[in-house]
Amino acid sequence: MVKLLSSVLAVVLLAGCASQPQTLYSEMGGEAKVTEIVNNFVTEVEQEPVILAYFEGSDIDRFIAKFEEQICMVSGGGCQYTGDTMEQVHGGMNISEKDFNLTVDLLINAMDKANVPHPLQNRLLNKLAPMRSQMLYR
Amino acid sequence: MTLFQRVLLVIAFTAALPVSAGSGKLIGTAGLNQLEGAGGGGIVPWATLSGYDSDSEVSVNAFLTRVNLDDYRLQVAGASVSLYDRVEVSVARQTFDLTTLGGDISQNIYGAKVRLWGDVVYSAMPQISAGVQFKDLQDEAIANALGSADTSGTDYYVSATKVHLGAVAGYNLVWNLTARMTNANQMGLLGFGQTSDDDYEVMLEGSVGVLLNRNVAVGAEYRQKPDNLGLGEEDWWDVFVTYIPSKSFNVTLAWAELGSIAGAPDQNGIYLSLGGQLW
Ligand code: HEM
Repeated sequence: MVKLLSSVLAVVLLAGCASQPQTLYSEMGGEAKVTEIVNNFVTEVEQEPVILAYFEGSDIDRFIAKFEEQICMVSGGGCQYTGDTMEQVHGGMNISEKDFNLTVDLLINAMDKANVPHPLQNRLLNKLAPMRSQMLYR
Repeated sequence: MTLFQRVLLVIAFTAALPVSAGSGKLIGTAGLNQLEGAGGGGIVPWATLSGYDSDSEVSVNAFLTRVNLDDYRLQVAGASVSLYDRVEVSVARQTFDLTTLGGDISQNIYGAKVRLWGDVVYSAMPQISAGVQFKDLQDEAIANALGSADTSGTDYYVSATKVHLGAVAGYNLVWNLTARMTNANQMGLLGFGQTSDDDYEVMLEGSVGVLLNRNVAVGAEYRQKPDNLGLGEEDWWDVFVTYIPSKSFNVTLAWAELGSIAGAPDQNGIYLSLGGQLW
């Protein structure tokens, strides 16, 4: 009986743990999923000449590492972003509204192909969208 | 050439401008064309401009809408051009069939809207636009018989629209609030003002919707209406589902409750609209 009670208790406690608010990062699937999203995104960029042109001469391995860190950080995965500020990185590129949006479309494609559920995609976009004003026409 | 034809021609020529066609907005965030031709929802003009143009693009849009009511049928054909996500010019032709009584009333509407501030998706505060709708009744007999002061009139409106990414359990939420200065009776189809009182009033209109995925939105709209003619004109509302498979095509099905119209009560029915970006 004691054994039964304690196992019931254990189940209740575990259920309690499971219903703790998860981070967006872990809901998406953690490090593996973020890596998949960023890799897909790079593939999307490679197939879109307009955006690819911006990346000419860029260190893609560095981009992948920093973008993964950034996504991890904004989605509550506990990473520290060690890259440059958005103003520093995108300054001088003179990114237009149109190209910004195209890039967001590519990120959405990347998330679709990584089977990230629609609501989680929106929550991640919501974290990144406010950065737009730091990038346009600089 | 009539004014109507001239505006249509301007819209057609826009497609020949040496700039690229609209693509610079997320799918679904350009909205639709409402009953009077402006970019909006179904019955309410929004702060959004009707196409997918960004600040370096133009777009040309067209739509056809039909509302089948118990005693009437409203058909609208229209087109709009949106320039650099800044200015929208629209034209719409409404035909209101009196299916029970016989006869019809048609009205031409010329609209212009300017985006004053913000971006519906990316700015923290809502996008704000202001617009006008000049309405010119082509069949004046009924408006005159009912005691309207005028057979043409102008509405002025200010709208605020915002998309909140992931706001409802991860789904995108869109809302719009519009304040309209108007003296139109049933949008102008029954004339403007009343013989003893053509004063403008401010009417409030609102919309709220949720995007279930990148291509489907559901929601509801409300439009406050004046009752200048003492015919018991009532506020309008609808619930809608919109399918937007691509930037060049959208289809909306709604249930509209338009209240009493010219003395015929409970005018409810199906609203169907096809639209999209031509260029
Ligand atoms: C919300 C949108 C965006 C986010 C969050 C973002 C984030 C980042 C991050 C984290 C990096 C790496 C920074 C570093 O190396 O220290 C980066 C680099 C870069 N981004 Fe973005 N970016 C966005 C939009 C764009 C757009 C719209 C473009 C171009 C159309 C663009 C072009 C680039 C390029 C070319 C680099 C590499 C720069 C270099 O090699 O020095 N980004 N971005």
